[in-house]
Amino acid sequence: MTGLVASGITSVLHDAVQPQAQVDAIGLGSIYALMAVGIGLVFGVMRLVNFAYGQLIMAGAFAIAYASGRGWPVWAGIVLCFAVVLLLSFAMDVAVFRPLRGQSAAVMLVATFAISFLLQSIALLWFGPLGKTATSLVALNQPITIGSADIRKITVVAIVTAAICLGLLLLLMSRTSLGLHMRAAAIDAPTARLLGVRANLVSGVAVLVAGLLAAVVAVLLTVQFPTVTPTYALQDTIIVLVGVVVGGMTRLIPATLGGFLIGYVSGLLGDALPSNQSQYLPSFLFGLVILVLLIRPDGLFTRGRGVVERV
Amino acid sequence: MSALELREIEVAYGGVPAVRKVSLSVAPGEIVGLIGPNGAGKSTTLHAIMGVVPLRAGSITFGGSSLGGLAPEKIARSGIALVPEGRRLFAELTVDENLRLGLAGRPNGGDPAKDLEVVRELFPIVSEFRDRQAGALSGGQQQQLAIARALVASPSILLLDEPSLGLAPKVVELVFETLQTIRERGLGILLVEQRAQRTVALADRTHVLASGELRLTLTPDDAADTERMVAAYLS
Repeated sequence: MTGLVASGITSVLHDAVQPQAQVDAIGLGSIYALMAVGIGLVFGVMRLVNFAYGQLIMAGAFAIAYASGRGWPVWAGIVLCFAVVLLLSFAMDVAVFRPLRGQSAAVMLVATFAISFLLQSIALLWFGPLGKTATSLVALNQPITIGSADIRKITVVAIVTAAICLGLLLLLMSRTSLGLHMRAAAIDAPTARLLGVRANLVSGVAVLVAGLLAAVVAVLLTVQFPTVTPTYALQDTIIVLVGVVVGGMTRLIPATLGGFLIGYVSGLLGDALPSNQSQYLPSFLFGLVILVLLIRPDGLFTRGRGVVERV
Repeated sequence: MSALELREIEVAYGGVPAVRKVSLSVAPGEIVGLIGPNGAGKSTTLHAIMGVVPLRAGSITFGGSSLGGLAPEKIARSGIALVPEGRRLFAELTVDENLRLGLAGRPNGGDPAKDLEVVRELFPIVSEFRDRQAGALSGGQQQQLAIARALVASPSILLLDEPSLGLAPKVVELVFETLQTIRERGLGILLVEQRAQRTVALADRTHVLASGELRLTLTPDDAADTERMVAAYLS
């Protein structure tokens, strides 16, 4: 029995180090990193865990599927996706997040649960339980051969897109006054407001940037998973939320790394596990998460509290 | 430059009064002290001015306009800057980033680069340690940075909440000298302090607050009269 388990683990590890598995895992990690930034950005500035983030992605994916079903050109589908997601993000901020600012974390979390189920129900009523299929970008699933690995074009697109988005976000946060205000609000929002930092502007920008990233993720995910249902991206959001907690929820870079890591590990295990055992993937994943949180409850990538903590 | 005026303000926390019928004013170019024992309502008065806690009664005007119901960021942008108790610097941001955050409170107009330059001249440490994390500065340096951060907002009125707290006597002297310099530049200062005698000597007038009420107003001539001050604290 022990020999069988050892042989299974060896086989899994052997598959995991293959270049193709590595690239696929990095591709999934990149998409999850984008989601993690979206979730982490809003949490950082507003101390709000946006459970409805997955439903923004779902709405964007339905927009692409809708455009695809009507035979619209690809660019029109992408524009519709961005418009829908940004509009929903703006509505969420104005109608729910701003009025609830200052309420307890539990109230805010329950509110985002409510939004999440509301959007799911609307999608269910509008598109039915079987959903729609987004076929406009499926050509990106075709492989290209690099060395010994057959890599899907979408994997390369996902990695490059994530790198560009994260780079732009880094520039926004580190080189602009708005970015500085957002970082300050994420560290200590009441003090930032006392200095004149506009809370509505900063939180609004955080929600809209998170929305932009959700739209990007929606485009990338519909290529890989073209069947869009009302529960689309729900499981991914839960996994990314866990990744964000594992990385360190209170800081953007650790949260992003956490998102990437859980996507990467998830991708590796998904590739390495035999297809009849893939249903155990979440169990493996969450087992690892429990282990990490037991060892480092503040997050895997957060620093210890040193002299730089607020005095 | 505009004057700040509090008229019979009252603040309560969950029905418990913290400030009762307090009236005071701060005009440009003057320092007004606010002293009193712990829990007297000094910091609450500053928080009420900045819109952090709501007024139960009374009014606060600045340049003749009411500040009632305004959000803290709007009050900060109207020309009132607060140096909070404990400094509340962003420890993991650099000194320069902390300083530039102060620009968020600038009312429209003016030249931010010029004001930054003036503040850098007044507080050389913000240039010297500009790329250092604020949390790595000493207590005195942090206090200078906190005051500098407030000044780059180019305020008419500066509120300071116990700026000498936790500082060495030599550094306290430096802070009080700086306040004198700031006053000479035409700013009005409302100074909340525990160092009663030093505050009374510096301020144009000093109000003694106890149990949320103004009990006494002292002038620099009273600075040597320790018995009167002790009586005011214990009354």
